[in-house]
Amino acid sequence: MTNMSRDVLHTLSSTSIEKCMSCGRCSASCPVADEMNIMPHQFVALLKRREVEKLMESNTLWKCLSCFACIERCPRGVEPAKIVEASRLAVIRQQGESHISADEIPKYLESESDLPQQLLVSAFRKYRG
Amino acid sequence: MKRIGVFVCHCGTNIAATVDVVKVVEAAKLEPGVVHAAEYPYLCSEAGQNMIIKAVDEFGLTGVVVSACSPRMHETTFRKAAAKAGLNPFMVEISNIREQCSWIHKDSKDGTEKSIILTRAAIAKVHLNEPLHPGESKVTKRALVIGGGIAGIQTALDIAEAGFPVDIVESTPSIGGKMAQLDKTFPTLDCSACILTPKMVDAAAHENITLHTYSEIEKVEGFVGDFTITIRKKARYVDMKNCTGCGLCYEKCPVKKAPSEFEQGLIKRTAIYTPFAQAVPNVPVIDKTQCIKLKTGKCGLCEKVCTPKAIVFDQQDELITEKYGAVIIATGYDQISLEKFGEYSYNSPDVITGLEFERLTNAAGPTGGDLIRLSDKKKPRSVTFIQCIGSRDTSKRGKPYCSKICCMYTAKHAMLIRDKYPQIEVNVFYIDVRTPGKNFDEFYRRSAEEYGVNYIKGQVGKIIDQGEFLTLQSVDMLGGKRMDLQTDLVVLATAIEPVKSVRIIASMLTASIDTNNFMTEAHPKLKPVESPTAGVFLSGVCQGPKDIPETVAQAGATAAKVIGLLVKDKLMTNPCTAESNEKFCNGCSACTKVCPYGAIAYDDGIVHVNKALCQGCGACAVTCPSGAMDLQGFSNRQLMAEVDAICR
Repeated sequence: MTNMSRDVLHTLSSTSIEKCMSCGRCSASCPVADEMNIMPHQFVALLKRREVEKLMESNTLWKCLSCFACIERCPRGVEPAKIVEASRLAVIRQQGESHISADEIPKYLESESDLPQQLLVSAFRKYRG
Repeated sequence: MKRIGVFVCHCGTNIAATVDVVKVVEAAKLEPGVVHAAEYPYLCSEAGQNMIIKAVDEFGLTGVVVSACSPRMHETTFRKAAAKAGLNPFMVEISNIREQCSWIHKDSKDGTEKSIILTRAAIAKVHLNEPLHPGESKVTKRALVIGGGIAGIQTALDIAEAGFPVDIVESTPSIGGKMAQLDKTFPTLDCSACILTPKMVDAAAHENITLHTYSEIEKVEGFVGDFTITIRKKARYVDMKNCTGCGLCYEKCPVKKAPSEFEQGLIKRTAIYTPFAQAVPNVPVIDKTQCIKLKTGKCGLCEKVCTPKAIVFDQQDELITEKYGAVIIATGYDQISLEKFGEYSYNSPDVITGLEFERLTNAAGPTGGDLIRLSDKKKPRSVTFIQCIGSRDTSKRGKPYCSKICCMYTAKHAMLIRDKYPQIEVNVFYIDVRTPGKNFDEFYRRSAEEYGVNYIKGQVGKIIDQGEFLTLQSVDMLGGKRMDLQTDLVVLATAIEPVKSVRIIASMLTASIDTNNFMTEAHPKLKPVESPTAGVFLSGVCQGPKDIPETVAQAGATAAKVIGLLVKDKLMTNPCTAESNEKFCNGCSACTKVCPYGAIAYDDGIVHVNKALCQGCGACAVTCPSGAMDLQGFSNRQLMAEVDAICR
């Protein structure tokens, strides 16, 4: 983790961590918090402290189900799942793994696989190098 | 041409740090009619006021402009200073260069420019100011308190003790309010009823207090010192004079299925009922939505057993009209609805609110004070409290404010359980424990240290009712672990909100209310018990969350302010009232329709403004299509002169 700053994550996730009052309702609501080495409320706290590297290395990124229970129940509108999602994207992009390139898109569109266009758009967003 | 003096205030650094006051003075000097301009660090100070008084004499000023804070803050101060100097007080104009300039502009250049423009506008207005003379209005020496909880009772008692008659209007059948429902009170754990009921009896017995229970405000007319208010006394179907309060009627009533409001719906009551044993007045009411006789014409058992013949099935609502000099809003609070908080399983009988717990632990409550699970009547092995349910919640479900009373009542509840049943384990999930108050933190710490209450920093995400017990999906933030805590009874510290009807009452009294439905005070620090509407005062939780000690203190303060008004024989009226120019009036009567005070009479093609009723709001002046209606002190010409000066 080198050039990823808190502010970049902030922008990526478009959330306001300053609103967090550390109530813990996100972690209490999370169905997989048990398996995370950094629970949702800790995730927000670490981001507040700019300890971005810890977030990038945590298994939370891969355990989070994106069920959005934390977002639903947060009384302050902090949206922890969006921060996890932003961190996940940041890691994926950084790893430079390119699973899809712009040139390939027409091929998928023309194929008879009937892939939804939305899927292609989101895959392109997530998995391009 | 008027001889105008302009005085620019630094307000310490409040204004001067952003606005270049010297530039404002220099600019003011260039305005026509300005013969003197000066700046001063604190114009509102005695020295500052003396500077103005001296300048009026020295330069022969006939008009004064003060560029300082909001006129709501110090307009009266400077008008008084002008009067001392021999000027008519209405020859003073304020330009607000603090709230409207220095406090909102970061850039000094912008702030200064706007200050100069606003000062210029005030100078332009002063040129057209005419001396005005306030009239007098009478003060009806009687107060009305809306709400008969501890806030209303205390305010009424204090006013009555000072010798003025007070009426209390209470919407439920008895006075007492929420405090009557409570078991013990923090931080001393004395019995709530023991300290409240004597006050209730005092209020009922006081020669200066008239109780109107089961009554509501129907209509408000008039203004400070001279309100005319219509009260609707809802039909009780019981004659208050004849009833002896023996209670035979509700013993015999066959309807036993109505949820008891006083017991928070935990048990049922009869159709004819008194809300609780110590009710004042101790006269039952018939709930017409439940009574068989009133619904079908059959039954009438209560009537048959009532020996003093107090049951009156054909009783109608009664309207009483009375004059008051002051009105006190003391309408109190309710707990918010938990409908939108599905994850807390409030529909489970073993998940209750703080107020329901009060009834459950109260010796006079539905279980005689025996703490049991309402589902299986078993004694809980553990009780878990969850704080901040719907409080400090900026989502659409909750309230953004702290409800203030929950931390302390939860510590109290927890302590009461541990004291009575040491074998029951008690947990409290908290976000922050807030205990600022005399002996409050000591009280909270005692619950943890001496009574062994288990405080867990964290929250509950979801409550799952599993029959035998409840599972709380939760987190212990200090321990850094997720938990599935099993417990037998959950108490939700539910947010409080002003009663819904306060909006209607506020609009009848034209008193302002904030986005959370709390009544707005005239000044958050300096006028905390007055509403911005003259003659309307605030007491208790209607103004903001507060506990009993604070409510009683505020109630006394409110009473003092009301007494201060009622001892006056006459009030000075605001001379800035509307006036119609007969020559321009085309008789359309549009003004009579917009006047919120009913101050404009339409007679034979022309209108006439009743100066005693007019509050100078200006609605008529902006409505008048022919420009006949004008507001003294804010005439159309004056306002246009200000606009011209701003646009110059």
